[in-house]
This record gives sequence, structure tokens and C-alpha cells, in this order.
Amino acid sequence: MSDRTNERLSVFKTYKLYVGGKFPRSESGRVYEVTDSKGNWLANAPRSSRKDARDAVVAARKAFGGWSGATAYNRGQVLYRVAEMLEGRREQFVREVADAEGLSKSKAAAVVDATIDRWVWYAGWTDKIAQVIGGSNPVAGPFFNLSSPEPTGVVAVLAPQESSFLGLVSVLAPVIATGNTAVVVASEKSPLPALSLGEVLATSDVPGGVVNVLSGRTAEIAAPLAAHQDVNAIDLAGADAELAKELEISAADNLKRVLRPQAVDYSETPGTERMTAFLETKTVWHPTGSLGASGSSY
Amino acid sequence: MTEKLTEKRSAAFAYAPAPESRSVVDIAPSYGLFIDGEFTEAADGKVFKTVSPSTEEVLSEVAQAGEADVERAVKAARKAFEKWSALPGSERAKYLFRIARIIQERSRELAVLETLDNGKPIKETRDADLPLVAAHFFYYAGWADKLDHAGFGASPRPLGVAGQVIPWNFPLLMLAWKIAPALATGNTVVLKPAETTPLSALFFADICRQAGLPKGVVNILPGYGDAGAALVAHPDVDKVAFTGSTAVGKEIARTVAGTSKKLTLELGGKGANIVFDDAPVDQAVEGIVTGIFFNQGQVCCAGSRLLVQESIQDELLDSLKRRLSTLRLGDPLDKNTDIGAINSAEQLARITALAERGEAEGAERWSPACELPTSGYWFAPTLFTNVTQAHTIARDEIFGPVLSVLTFRTPDEAVAKANNTQYGLSAGIWTEKGSRILAVAGKLRAGVIWSNTFNKFDPTSPFGGYKESGFGREGGRHGLEAYLDV
Repeated sequence: MSDRTNERLSVFKTYKLYVGGKFPRSESGRVYEVTDSKGNWLANAPRSSRKDARDAVVAARKAFGGWSGATAYNRGQVLYRVAEMLEGRREQFVREVADAEGLSKSKAAAVVDATIDRWVWYAGWTDKIAQVIGGSNPVAGPFFNLSSPEPTGVVAVLAPQESSFLGLVSVLAPVIATGNTAVVVASEKSPLPALSLGEVLATSDVPGGVVNVLSGRTAEIAAPLAAHQDVNAIDLAGADAELAKELEISAADNLKRVLRPQAVDYSETPGTERMTAFLETKTVWHPTGSLGASGSSY
Repeated sequence: MTEKLTEKRSAAFAYAPAPESRSVVDIAPSYGLFIDGEFTEAADGKVFKTVSPSTEEVLSEVAQAGEADVERAVKAARKAFEKWSALPGSERAKYLFRIARIIQERSRELAVLETLDNGKPIKETRDADLPLVAAHFFYYAGWADKLDHAGFGASPRPLGVAGQVIPWNFPLLMLAWKIAPALATGNTVVLKPAETTPLSALFFADICRQAGLPKGVVNILPGYGDAGAALVAHPDVDKVAFTGSTAVGKEIARTVAGTSKKLTLELGGKGANIVFDDAPVDQAVEGIVTGIFFNQGQVCCAGSRLLVQESIQDELLDSLKRRLSTLRLGDPLDKNTDIGAINSAEQLARITALAERGEAEGAERWSPACELPTSGYWFAPTLFTNVTQAHTIARDEIFGPVLSVLTFRTPDEAVAKANNTQYGLSAGIWTEKGSRILAVAGKLRAGVIWSNTFNKFDPTSPFGGYKESGFGREGGRHGLEAYLDV
């Protein structure tokens, strides 16, 4: 018993996928080695398969009715709750982001703070986006005419490869703020912040299936998602030009809404384009009649 | 035999008392003014008592602001404005989100407090006032860092110091309607609550403390009309927002004439609730009851004039009277209570006088059998039939549980009668036909039209009046404009 030291051996976390509100391993049983920027081993992350992607779509579809049907106010409350939970796990994310992106503690802390504020920013959008992009239309006739945004459905999101946490949240939050549900493919090289975000979502009030997080080879998971007939849209942020073109071609099969990869400075306050990309506009007409003498025409 | 049956049935409906516990709220024996982040006595040491209108029990003694205190508060708000308005919107947002969350956390306490100080039923403060208060702060929190998207141009600027005077009918909700958009847009505020309901605003001051709000951003000055007048007239106030009577609103409009102060007014109303012959009667009756008996009718947008199509008048009134007979008047803290106390002796006297005037002018008065408590200020739900447009009770805002019933034959006549008022705040339309709703809504000169519903409020939805019901809108994207230099 001479090898006893004062140093306590830490407990490692097994990183798992987040699908339908549960934490499964990949059905394929595969993992891949995740390292920090210096090549030190961090974890064995699940390497998702085509089947995992399909399971995630099923979960996202199942959650869509409830989430899109919730009031915008309710969605705002839930998203704000996510920010509260993130704040509580701030230290954990600072460590994970520092490891993932090779940042100093203080730089990683700034990234995490910006990420939490980004959730708050989108939490405030849930009940405002309709007021900014919707409205009544003064048609030339006796009709009430109102255009309102509605979520498009299940959105596949390829998270940015470099910005593993701020970038991730910057592409995920706008998708669900407006009532869509999401299947997110984490940064291939740095999936751990995304997998930990799943744990945050599970302990917030976000219903299971609204966000599903997969890790693994981006190209391998993205292909079945882009071709999936029950996926309504895809954000290609995490795809390189070649892969993006391929995915856009398969996305055309059921005319998915496609957001192409573009150069984004995730530290800047975004505009509304990541929300509007995944919104439909519904216009409702109704006769207003007129106040005629008969009293029967309106 | 049948009489006995009726007796039995009504006995079956008797509820045991179900009072909400007062222990959830701790009211101090005295409160100060809230200036520059501190509670302080009035410069002249004056105080006034605030009582529970349902029992006349003194709840607390509150410092009474005077002109010197207005001076101090405006100075504090001016000083705080520089830093507050320079904060990034995202930081202001987080303060407001904190306030919204703390209100949610303390909402039962605030609901009981509001019921004690105002006299309205606990089920209203608990299920309507407080949820709306929190939601209002939550909604405007989200705007603080999105003003560029609000449609008022890029980076719209705040105005400066806002002087805000609010009424007693929804003390905390009116505070929220005033303070939330003002802070979100970067203004600082001096707010004067009504003299009969100062307590929830003072509790709000404590919420500002818990939220860590910088001192001077919110200043609360309990007091009377003289303090309100001094605040409105203060040369260093950039924005005046008032909710209250049309008479005072006009006086304020005169006071700010010739200055650069931006003014919004939310004043009286005499809302028409129009029921067509194809309306679902049971739903309409519920809407009529909500329209005029919510908050004892002390609501500026109350549906105080019922306009019913002649052909269904008898059926509707029978049904309405039956429904009124089931309303429970009494202890506002009882969870079963529908009708609470009138807010003050003064208001009760006004309602009483106007109801007597209605009788004197020839309208027919009816109230359900209703026992009034022996202490406190109470008025039984009342409806008047045979009312004409010339009657005082069809023209003046009563601000009490008194409904004036008029009839019409054609939609044109309904619209003409509905619009025949100096006011233009709200109206209701009851019909199964969508095109009729829209046609009639298009002709009504009122700021809020409820179709097949009544007294619905939401932070995203602008509220405010036409004509002498005031100008400017509170709530929604539109509500930002009142606090922006645009």
C-alpha cells in the first residue's frame, strides 16, 4: 500500500450522442479518438452511422409538432433557461473550449461568455421575429391579408468545424428559436463541447428530440441527412466547398431549404438571416365584406 | 317543492372559504421613497397611509413625495442615464431578464400583496396581473439588443429621463408597461404610483436591488397628484407617460405644451361590446362578464356598453342575469372570489353617484341578490337596461362594475352607436361570421378590437386608444417608439 498519494484520480466522462432526449452510444459501436490541439487524448467520441442519423431525424420529427406548436413566449422561456444552465456549467465549457480550440483560459472564457449571450439573444427573438418579418398586406380589395412566418420543419445542421461552441450555438439557436427541430452534426475534430451541450439541453426545459446531437465523420453523417426525405432543410456551415456542392445536389431531391457555407465571424452580432433561412411565410386572406344597407353582405 | 329544489341546488354550489395565505408576504410598517438606489424619507417628512380596500385595515405608512423629492429623483435618473444608455443593449437585456425571472420567482408574494393593496381577487392577480408583468419584462428584455431591427432606423437613441405616472387599477402591470420598454431602450425612469396602491412599486424597488440594477436607473416616488404634476412639469424630464383619467391627461398635455417632451397618454374608455344575433350566446355572456366585471370594472378598456341586437335581447339578458347570480363577491384573498373590493372610498362614491344618476335619468337598474361585507368598499354587479345614448351612464366612464345595455337592429346602427363616444380605446364583436367581424372592426374608431373574446392582453400586442382615450401605444414593437428618439 505504498503507492497511495494525495492526488485523487479523476473520473472520466464517456461522451455520448444526444438523440430524442436520451444519451445513446452510436448504434454502430464505433468511436474515434478526440485530441486537444497538441495531440493529447481527450476522449473517445461516438462515430455516428447512417442509422444514427435516421434515428435522429425520427426523433426530431416527433418533437416538431409540440415545439412548433408551443407559444413563442414559451419557447423564449425555454431557451433562456438553457442560458441559465450554461452559465452554471461555465467552467466546464471554458475547459472544453480551451482544449478543443487551443485557446488560453481567458480567451476560452470570452468565447463561452459570448456563447451564453448568444443564447440569450436568440431567446429574445422567439416572439419578435414574426413582428419584424411578418405583417399585414394592404391588398387592393376588401380583404384582410396577413403574412406570418412558420418554421419549416426538421433542419439538419452541420456545425462549423473551427468554432466548436460559439459557432455551434450560433447555427443551432436560430433554427430552434423559430420552432424548427434540429439534427446537429458536431465539429468533427472538436465534438466535445457539442456533446456536453446535449447534457445542458437535457437539464433545461427543452423537450427531447428538439435538438439531437451527433458526432463522427461529417461527410459520412451529412450524406444520409441531405438525402433524407423527411428533412426539410440543411445548414451546410460545417461542410467544405466540395462536400457542400454534393450535399446541395442530394438536398434538391425534396427541395430542402439550403443554407450554403459562408465566411462568418461568429463573434459578431448576427442578423436575422439564419432564422429566415428556415422559415416559411404563410399568407392568410379573409373577406372583410362591407357595411352594405342590406346587412347581409358582411 | 321546486323552491326547495332550487335551495338545495344553490346550497350545493356553496363553497367553503379558500383563502390564500397572507404569510407569503411581509409588509413593513413603513416605506420610504426609492431614489438613487436607496430608500429615503420625503424631504418634508410627510407620510400617508395605504389601506386594504376590502377591510380598511392600514397596511403600511408610506413616504409622500413632494416637489423637492421629484427634484432629487430626476437628478438621480439624469446621472444614471449616461452610463445606462451607454451600456451595450445585450447587457441591458440581461438586467431585464433578471428582473423578469425574479418577478416570476416572487409572483405569489406579489399577487397577495397586490390583492391586499388593491382589493382585486387573488385569482386575477395570480393568473392575470403577475404572469403578464413577468412576460412584459421578458418581452422587452429581448428588444434591448435588437433595436436595430425594430423598424425605427439604425441604432435608435433613447430619450433620456422618463417621468411616468400610473393608476391604481393594475398597479404592478402598469409599472411593467412603463418601466420595461423605457429601460430596454436605454432611458432611466422616475415613476409615481397611485396614492392608494404604492406597495407593489416599492416591492419592485427591492426586485431592482436583487437584480443588481445600477442605482438611479429606476426611482419610485409614492405620492399624490401634486407629485405627479411636479414630475410631469420638471424641465429635465424628456418623456412623459401617463395612464389615468382623460381629465388629468388633458391637463398633462397642456403642461408639456411648448416643450420638447415626448408624450404618451393612455386614458379613459367607454368600450362597446357588440353582440350580433348569430353570436354563440354562452360564450358571449362569458365575454360580457369578463368585459365589465374583470377587476370590478375598474378597467379603462372595459366593455361598459353592451350593444345587443334587438332580436336576441331577451334571451341574452336572461342568460346574463343567470350568470351574474353565480358571481361570488367577497374576500379578495379567497381563491373562489370573482368580484373583489372597489379600490377606494372615493371611487366607490363616484360609482354610486353615477349609478344613482342612471336611475334618475330613467334607466332600469338590476343587480343579483348579493350580500356586501360590512367593512371595506363594495359595489354589487349592476346592469342597466332601457339605456339610451343620451344617458350619462352611456356616455361617462363609470370605472366600476356597472354595465349599460343598449340595443341595435342593423350593423350600421351598431357601429354608429359604438362610435358615438368621446373615447376610443376598446370594442368587442360577437358573431360567428368572420367577414362581419372584419367589416365592423374596420369601421370602429378604437385602438383594440376583441372578436369573440374580450380583455385579452399580451406583451407582444400594442395597446392604446383613439380620440380622447389618449395617444401612443404600449406593448409590442410599437411600444418601443414612445421611448425612442424617432
